Amino acid sequence: MKPIIEFKDFSFQYFSQKNPTLKNINLTINQGEKVLICGLSGSGKSTLGNCINGLIPFVYEGEVSGQCIIDGKDQSKMSVPELSKIVGTVLQDSDGQFVGLTVGEDIAFAMENDCVDVKSMHDRVLDISKKICIEDLLEKVPGELSGGQKQRVSLAGVMVDDVKILLFDEPLANLDPATGKNTIELIDEISKETGATIVIIEHRIEDVLHRHVDRVILFEDGEIKADTTPDKLLASNILIESGIREPLYISACKFADVSVKEENFPSDINKFTLNGLEKENIKVWVKENAPSQKEKGEVVLKLDNLNFSYDGLKPNVKDVSFEVYKGEMLAIVGKNGAGKSTISKLLSGFLKLDSGNIYLNGKGIGGDTIFERGQKIGLVLQNSNQMICNTMIFDEVAYGLKNMKVPETEIKERVEEVLKVCGLYPFRNWPISALSYGQRKRVTIASIIVMKPDIIILDEPTAGQDFRHYTEIMNFLKSLNKLGQTIIMITHDMHLMLEYCDRCVTILDGEKIFDGSCAEVLVNDDIVEKANLKKTSLYMLAEMVDEDPIALTESYINAERRNRNEG
Amino acid sequence: MKVKLFSYNQLDTFVHRLSGVTKLICFLLLTSAVMFTYDLRVIVCVFLFSLVMVKVAQISLKQVKPMLIYVSIFLLLNFILTFIFAPGHGPELYGSRHELFSFFGNYIVTKEQLLYQFTKIMKYLSAIPLGFIFFLTTNPSEFASSLNNIKVPYKACTSLSLTLRYFPDIQKDFNDVSFAQQARGLDNSEKAPMKDRIINTTKIIIPLIFSTLDRVELITNAMDLRGYAKKPKRTWYSFRALNKEDYLSIAVSAVIFAISLFMRFVVVKSMYYNPFI
Repeated sequence: MKPIIEFKDFSFQYFSQKNPTLKNINLTINQGEKVLICGLSGSGKSTLGNCINGLIPFVYEGEVSGQCIIDGKDQSKMSVPELSKIVGTVLQDSDGQFVGLTVGEDIAFAMENDCVDVKSMHDRVLDISKKICIEDLLEKVPGELSGGQKQRVSLAGVMVDDVKILLFDEPLANLDPATGKNTIELIDEISKETGATIVIIEHRIEDVLHRHVDRVILFEDGEIKADTTPDKLLASNILIESGIREPLYISACKFADVSVKEENFPSDINKFTLNGLEKENIKVWVKENAPSQKEKGEVVLKLDNLNFSYDGLKPNVKDVSFEVYKGEMLAIVGKNGAGKSTISKLLSGFLKLDSGNIYLNGKGIGGDTIFERGQKIGLVLQNSNQMICNTMIFDEVAYGLKNMKVPETEIKERVEEVLKVCGLYPFRNWPISALSYGQRKRVTIASIIVMKPDIIILDEPTAGQDFRHYTEIMNFLKSLNKLGQTIIMITHDMHLMLEYCDRCVTILDGEKIFDGSCAEVLVNDDIVEKANLKKTSLYMLAEMVDEDPIALTESYINAERRNRNEG
Repeated sequence: MKVKLFSYNQLDTFVHRLSGVTKLICFLLLTSAVMFTYDLRVIVCVFLFSLVMVKVAQISLKQVKPMLIYVSIFLLLNFILTFIFAPGHGPELYGSRHELFSFFGNYIVTKEQLLYQFTKIMKYLSAIPLGFIFFLTTNPSEFASSLNNIKVPYKACTSLSLTLRYFPDIQKDFNDVSFAQQARGLDNSEKAPMKDRIINTTKIIIPLIFSTLDRVELITNAMDLRGYAKKPKRTWYSFRALNKEDYLSIAVSAVIFAISLFMRFVVVKSMYYNPFI
C-alpha cells in the first residue's frame, strides 16, 4: 500500500497561541483508506485537517516543524490551489461554503478558476451531479435547498477535480439525523466507487460508524492518543476517558456490566454478537433501572390552534396545539425546515400569528410587544454572536433589566445572582471577547434568565459542540431546570432529547404529528421516517436481546441520568 | 411580499434569453431615447414598446405591484407640486400660451403646462417598465460574467456576484439580531429619542458585524480551497456569448434612440415639440 498522507514528527503552533496545537505527530494514511479522526474541540483534529488541505501554513500562519507529505510531495513547498487538486475539502458549514448563485455555478467554481471552457464545464457539472443525484437541482439557489442537498453540492464542487483525498470537516454538525445517516452512506459509496482516500473529522462516532471505517485516530491535547481499528477502540475505555461519547448500545452494555470484546464486532451493530448470559444480564439491568413515573406540573403555556404563513399562500405552521408544563424540559424536533423555528418565533413574539391563541398561565398574550413578550418567553438564538451587543459581561447581562427600567441597585443584585448561577461570577468584569464558545453561550442564557421569564426557548443549544462541551452546557441547563425553570429546546440531536428532555413534540411540514415521551417517539417507525429522525441503536440492541425497546430506552436514560448526577 | 432586486425567475422568454449586457445596453439606449426629448410622440412610442416588452417577459402585475404603488404616489405628488410651484413653466418652455381656465385667482391652467407635465409623467412611465425588465429578468451571475467580458476586472465581477449571493443571508442575520435586541428592550421606533436610536443602531450593527466576519472567513477559506484567483483570469459557468437575438435587440434599441435624436435635431429642431402652433 502506498502512503498518501504522511506526518513525520510534525508540530504546529499558531502565532497567536502560547502552546503548540499539534505535537510531534507521526501518522501515515495509505491510499484508499477510510479514516475517522476524532477528539474534543481544541484537541488538534481540525488543525490536522487544515494541514492536509494547506490552509496551514498558507492561510493560518504559525511555526511548523517536522514534515507533512501529501501525495509524495512536501506540503510546505506546495500552495493551497495546488493542494486543492489533490485534496477536496468539504467544510462543516455547507451553507457558507456555497459561493455560487446556483447549484450548477457552485459546482463549477473550481473549474472557473481553472479557466476551463464553458462547454466542458457544463458537461462535467452534469456528469458529477448525476453521480451524487443532484442533477435536477442545477438551476436552484441555496435558499431552496435542504441542508443535506447543500452538502451534496459542496461535495460535487470538490469532486470535479478528481481529487485523491476527500476531507470532511464535521460533516454531520448541521444535519438532521436521517440526513446525517444518508451522508455517511453517500461517503461510503463514493469511497468504494472512486477509491479515493477518505478522511472524516467528526466527534459523533456512532453516526460515522454506521458504515465501515478502516481506522480511528483519536486526538487528545495535540497528540495522537489512539490509532487503531474501531472494534479495538470500542472494546477499550479510551473514548470515555477522552471525553468522547461511545455508541449508545456500547454504553448500555457497559452499564449492564457486559464486557465489550473486540472479537464480537462492537463497531457494527448488525454484526455485534452477545451470548445468552450477556443478553440475560442486559434484561436484568433493564428491570432494575426502570424509571418511576414523574408527575406533570401545572400548565404554564398553552398553544391553541396556531396558524401562520410567511407568504399568505403556503402555511408554515398549521393548527398547532400543545401544552407546556411548569418545570419541564420539552424538546421540539423535526427535520430542517419543518417549522420548529417558526413556532419559536411565534412564541417569542417575533412573528405575528395569523390565527390561534397563546396563553401564558391562563392569560392570552397576543397583544404583547416584542419586549413585553421577551420578558415572559425568552429566546436564546443558536448563534451567540447574533445576541451579544455589549463588550463587558456585566453590561451584557444587565442590558434587558436596564431597558426594563429596573433600579440600579436591584440590577446589580439580580445580575450578580444570575452570574453566580451560571458560573460566570468570577468573570463579571471581563470583556466577552475573552470567553470560550461555551461561556459565551452561558452569557446569552444569563442575559435572558435575568429577566425572569416564565419559559426560555433554546434554538439548537449544543450545535457543533463536542461531547464534553455539550455535557457542560446541558448540565448547566438541567441545573436551571431543577431550580424550576421551564425550558423548551429546538433540536435535531436525538441524544440530547433522549437524555435530557421529559417530553417531545414532533413537527412535520408545520403540523404536530407527535406529542409524548422521547423514548416512545424513537420506536415509532412511522414518525421516525416522516420527521427525518433516526432510530437509536438501543432499539437494535433491544431486538437483539428480545426486550421491549421503550423499556430498554427508558432504563438507559434513567441509568445515564443517575450516572451523570453521581459523576 | 417585497419585490427583491434581481429576484429573477427562470423563464424561457425572448427577454430572459438575452444576455445581461444586451439588456443593460438596451436599457441605457431606450431610457436615453426618452430622457433627451420632450417629444410626446416619441415618448408614447417608447412607452408602448416597453409595455409590449413587459408582456413578452411575462412580468406579472403581482411582482411589481408594491413598486408601482410607490411610483404612482411619487408621480402624483410630483404632478401637484410642479403645478403649485411652477404653473407657468410649460408656456415658458414651449414659447406659446393657450389659457384654458383659472382657479384661486392667480392659478391659470394652460394647454402648454398640461402638456409639459403629462409628457414628464410619460417619461417616467416609459423608463420604469424598462427598469423592471432589467432587474427581474437578468441572471446576476450571467450579468457579472458579461461585465467581465467587456473588460471589467474579474475580481470586481466576482465581488458583485458574491454580494448578490450573500445578500439574503445577511438580511436574515440582520432580522435575527434586531429581533434578539428588541426582545431585550431595544427600542428603535419613532418613540425613542434620536440620540438613543443612534446608540441602539450600534447594538444591532456590532453583532451583525461579528457574525458577518465569521462568514467572511468561512467564504474566503472555501474559495481558497477551490483555487480562487490562482490564475489572472477565470471563466464563467453562466457565461453566454452574444447571439443573433442579442444583436437584433441592440440594433432595434439603437434605431429607436436614433429616431429620438433625429426627431429632436432634424424634424422638430428643439427639445420641446409644440403641437399647439
